[in-house]
Amino acid sequence: MLSYILRRVLYAVPIALAVSLLCFLLVHIAPGDPVNAIVPADAPQAVVDQIRAEYGLDKPLPVQFGLWLLKVVQGDLGRSLATGRAVTDDLFVAVQNTLRLSLIAAAIGFAAGTLLGAIAGAFRGSWIDRVAVGLAAAGVSVPHYWLGMVLVIIFSVTVNVLPAMGAGPGGSGDWAWNWEHMRHLVLPAVTLSVIPMGIVTRTVRGIVAEILNQDFVNTLRGKGLRRGGILLHVAKNAAPGTLAIMGLQLGYLMGGSILVETVFSWPGTGFLLNSAIFQRDIPVLQGTILVLALFFVSLNLLVDLMQTALDPRIKRA
Amino acid sequence: MPHDPGANPLVEVRGLNVRFVSRDATVKAVNGVDFTLAQNESLCILGESGSGKSVTLRALMRLNPPKKTVMEGAVRVGGHDIVAAPEKAMADIRGRVVSMVFQEPMTALDPVFTIGKQIAETIIRHEGVSRAEADRRALGLLELVQIPSAKRRLAAYPHELSGGLRQRAMIAIALSCRPKLLLADEPTTALDATVQIQILLLLRRLQQELGMGVIFVTHDLGVAGEIADRVAVMYAGRFIEEGPVAALMRGPLHPYARGLMGATVHAGMRGTRLTTIPGAPPDLSRPVQGCAFAPRCPQAGEDCLPAMPELRSPAPGRNVRCIRVDEAA
Repeated sequence: MLSYILRRVLYAVPIALAVSLLCFLLVHIAPGDPVNAIVPADAPQAVVDQIRAEYGLDKPLPVQFGLWLLKVVQGDLGRSLATGRAVTDDLFVAVQNTLRLSLIAAAIGFAAGTLLGAIAGAFRGSWIDRVAVGLAAAGVSVPHYWLGMVLVIIFSVTVNVLPAMGAGPGGSGDWAWNWEHMRHLVLPAVTLSVIPMGIVTRTVRGIVAEILNQDFVNTLRGKGLRRGGILLHVAKNAAPGTLAIMGLQLGYLMGGSILVETVFSWPGTGFLLNSAIFQRDIPVLQGTILVLALFFVSLNLLVDLMQTALDPRIKRA
Repeated sequence: MPHDPGANPLVEVRGLNVRFVSRDATVKAVNGVDFTLAQNESLCILGESGSGKSVTLRALMRLNPPKKTVMEGAVRVGGHDIVAAPEKAMADIRGRVVSMVFQEPMTALDPVFTIGKQIAETIIRHEGVSRAEADRRALGLLELVQIPSAKRRLAAYPHELSGGLRQRAMIAIALSCRPKLLLADEPTTALDATVQIQILLLLRRLQQELGMGVIFVTHDLGVAGEIADRVAVMYAGRFIEEGPVAALMRGPLHPYARGLMGATVHAGMRGTRLTTIPGAPPDLSRPVQGCAFAPRCPQAGEDCLPAMPELRSPAPGRNVRCIRVDEAA
């Protein structure tokens, strides 16, 4: 098992390299000249050229990529064009905020989705099943920026019990697990949890219903196992497929919360990305995308390893 | 019943009816089955697909899908009332008093639990012994069903075993709490011919050693001859003939049973044509009038149609549902 883990980690290295190349290219292929964002429109050509040279933007793309990668592996993502601060500093704070938000949202969404899906799968065709399927469809279909705004209107404007924006007193870098801060997390986390809740519900329902139709469940009943004993078998059989979908969803939550973070002004990576895009802040953009992509790669790796540990039929060789 | 199982039969079935009810149709899978089984006796239920043999077997431990099954009649196994027992009591009976070996050992075993664990959990469930004691018993069971290098196989997953070993493991699970009655639903159908005979001999030996009653279902006459004391032939949800294995195989009385024997390959038949039974079994979602076999029967006449033929006993220990039987015998 240990050598299997090691090998899988090594496989992830070329993937990470390809991901970083893609991040780099994406930003450079996109239209718009980043220098225009920094200098005034009437700046003399000499100044424009000087700035271009300072940021290394005058060199050919492969060289730029090489230089950038060399710094990246040393933990240096450059400086923001807009603020002049080190990208890693801002990113460090933003990643923590996004992790808090997406992990809480995942916990809510995964717990609700697993429960709903398991009940729906076990009582397929009943009214409980129809309610769960309806909730799942609604969760997947409702645009979450719209849901976020509706929640703000209800809970912040009308009832006025929860804050509409920000990460609490002290700004983005001053988080603490107390109610003063956590109440800011409630609305964005609930909003963000709705899509994974729907997807996990649908997946778990399908998996559980399929498992319950398999012959071995009859064997378990035939052995005299009660509901609890059978549930244990269903859970272990359902775990690999469920974990796979959860890993993917957590990855999407990490990177896909741009809209929700923007609606709630949550100072995470999505918020950072959004402002970097509008300011053509290439170092911030590249750094953020890279970090998010690497999160995705490591999550998938983690899920693969967990699946292998749970399902003996997956080859370890 | 002419067959005398002694004063204290292991299984007693009277007027068993099983219907499957769904929104579209009601399928009358079993329509009045009566039989008894003595302790330590083995009965084989023969019949083609859809004749109700598996449903009858499952009814003995109430393992048909609970939501859509309607079960009527009296079923007693080892003194327990199977029809009336609450679900909780049934769970205590299953695996302990009566247990089952399924047809397809690949799908009947949980793929993500080891063989050892699947045996041990049954013992822990019914006897509340410690994990270590259950593991020790599991090892003994694998040795009982003659699985080579049993110790290593305890930690194996089902997909790591061959079909024959898997079925042996399935038998070990079924025997783990020493049930009085073992049910086997076509236990050899999914196996290679050479492995089939090994499993049959194993079942036969275990039945004699452990003193269990065994009821198994098959459409393979060879299997029936190998391990049964008595044979029952099923058609359209009824026992249409029943008797001691040798007598019934040598001289079947019911036209359907004769057809079944005639459609079987024996040694020394090379070059001769197999006889077949024309037509197809009746649709059990429609009511059947009179003898269900009449439409396919070469000897059928007007007199077969008014009512279901009563059981007749043309010889000691033999029963048959055919109005022509006295002529045939």
